[in-house]
Amino acid sequence: MGNIRDMDTFKIIEEKAKIIRKHVVNMIYEASSGHPGGSLSCVDILTTLYFHTMYHNPLDPEWADRDRFILSKGHAAPTLYAILAEAGYFPIENLSSLRRIGSMLQGHPNSKVPGVEVSSGSLGQGLSIASGLALAGKLDKKAYRVYTLLGDGECDEGQVWEAAMLAAHYKLDNLVAIVDRNGLQIDGSTEKIMRLEPIAGKWGAFGWHAIEIDGNKIAEITAAIDEAKSIRGRPTAIIAHTFKGKGISFMEWINAFHGRALSKEEREIALKELSE
Amino acid sequence: MELKSTKDAYGEALLKFGADNSIVVLDADLSVSTQTNKFAKQYPERFFNVGCAEQNLIGVAAGLAIAGKTSFASTYAIFSNRAWEQIRNTVAYDNLNVKIAVSHAGLTNGPDGASHQSLEDIALMRVIPNMRVIVPVDAVETEKVVKTEISNPGPAYIRLNRVKTPIIFDDSYDFVSGKAVLLHEGVDLAIISTGTMVYEALDASKKLKEENVNACVLNIHTIKPIDKDAIIKVAKETGAVITAEEHNIYGGLGGAVAEILAENYPVPVKMIGVKDTFGESGEYRELLEKYCLTSNHIVKSAKAMLEKMR
Repeated sequence: MGNIRDMDTFKIIEEKAKIIRKHVVNMIYEASSGHPGGSLSCVDILTTLYFHTMYHNPLDPEWADRDRFILSKGHAAPTLYAILAEAGYFPIENLSSLRRIGSMLQGHPNSKVPGVEVSSGSLGQGLSIASGLALAGKLDKKAYRVYTLLGDGECDEGQVWEAAMLAAHYKLDNLVAIVDRNGLQIDGSTEKIMRLEPIAGKWGAFGWHAIEIDGNKIAEITAAIDEAKSIRGRPTAIIAHTFKGKGISFMEWINAFHGRALSKEEREIALKELSE
Repeated sequence: MELKSTKDAYGEALLKFGADNSIVVLDADLSVSTQTNKFAKQYPERFFNVGCAEQNLIGVAAGLAIAGKTSFASTYAIFSNRAWEQIRNTVAYDNLNVKIAVSHAGLTNGPDGASHQSLEDIALMRVIPNMRVIVPVDAVETEKVVKTEISNPGPAYIRLNRVKTPIIFDDSYDFVSGKAVLLHEGVDLAIISTGTMVYEALDASKKLKEENVNACVLNIHTIKPIDKDAIIKVAKETGAVITAEEHNIYGGLGGAVAEILAENYPVPVKMIGVKDTFGESGEYRELLEKYCLTSNHIVKSAKAMLEKMR
């Protein structure tokens, strides 16, 4: 149970998440392409990480002791960019240049963007990279923690499980993998395309501390992240159950919005809903 | 003549220069074969065995590099290619300080057969932006390559051998990354070679000399970025070029040399390499013989080429 101060904090993060969602809607509309579904499902997770959990400094993106975040599901780049801009890594005006020629904001995360640790976009690679960062943290006796967000469809990739084995083997308790369990991948339901359940059981069997939460509830996200900090000797996987398109009624759980932009009318309705 | 494999020299070089705390070494369950086990024994805290998981090998090496380390990632050449996309999309795209130092390249893993030989890797690595592709000739050059790469940030692919090959350089040899080495002068034709085939090229030049053919021998240890000027210079001086490599004739050193000469100074080029086929089990020398990769084959090609041009 959160106290009143927590509840105020959660309210602030929820409001921030709404702003991020509006940015995402506008960015993908203006770019005429992108991945709105999977960008919206993870807004609450990323907003919590950047505005509540992580130690980081937008004025000094290379600060050696910062917590690290890697967006392994790189197609949610609009969400990461919107958060980095809101946090002050670069001007908010830049967001409208997403996917434009010559823009810093590539369709998938690019490490040239201040605050982006590593380029991503090709699925299955982020957990390996995050594990390398976590190993380095242990080697250098640094206190920083490493977070990475994977898509659930991304867990089809064999490399994810190679990295899962390694992180448990090397007892990387400074590493947290969050799975955006929105239940959909490009071709349909994850359970129809390539069954993932029991997904928490899989992570557990690989030697991870696994937690299942509602990934669109700030209180549950923060509680899981706190729990992860208390776990010693193994990494934590947070299976965050989310809704693709979360926050916009006509997009929720509709797979057509995996990789298509909103029309003008759809944008109007979305922005209106997010302002309510 | 002293013999030593370049992978043994690699293992010793890691040990020699490994005191530097920023160096980490990773292997995918082949540390005895790749010789990273020497470093592992001396610096266990900076050695990471990832098990037989090559995609993860590259990703973890990349993560360590992002955190400021110089990562050496080793396995067999052929298996590193399994992580080609990880190498392209993470290591090279972000210009990370990851050295992919791989052993058992070419046909040098003879008896293991085609599945364990690597005849396509130069081509695969050469097309990736930011990637340096280095094929040391011998143990001396290998040590110098490792030393140079430690202080030269960015991705590199270092191609090493299993078999013991002649040491042609001595310690005074001055290795400069990206700079070809003229090992033998000659005006009749140029033999441009890399790695194990450099020794065959030198041997061929001696045999040609006996027949009054003066062949120059150019060692291209760095296939990318390649020493364009040196290649054009020998082409101008001789007017005929033979390339020799333990690799598919497509896309490797021969391809790189042909690209340069076609655009800058077209001369007849004969490529010696494995003729777009897989290898097979056999002793190393037997394979070189069967796939026409010996000094005698170079001599034969040289004479045929000069005859045709007459």
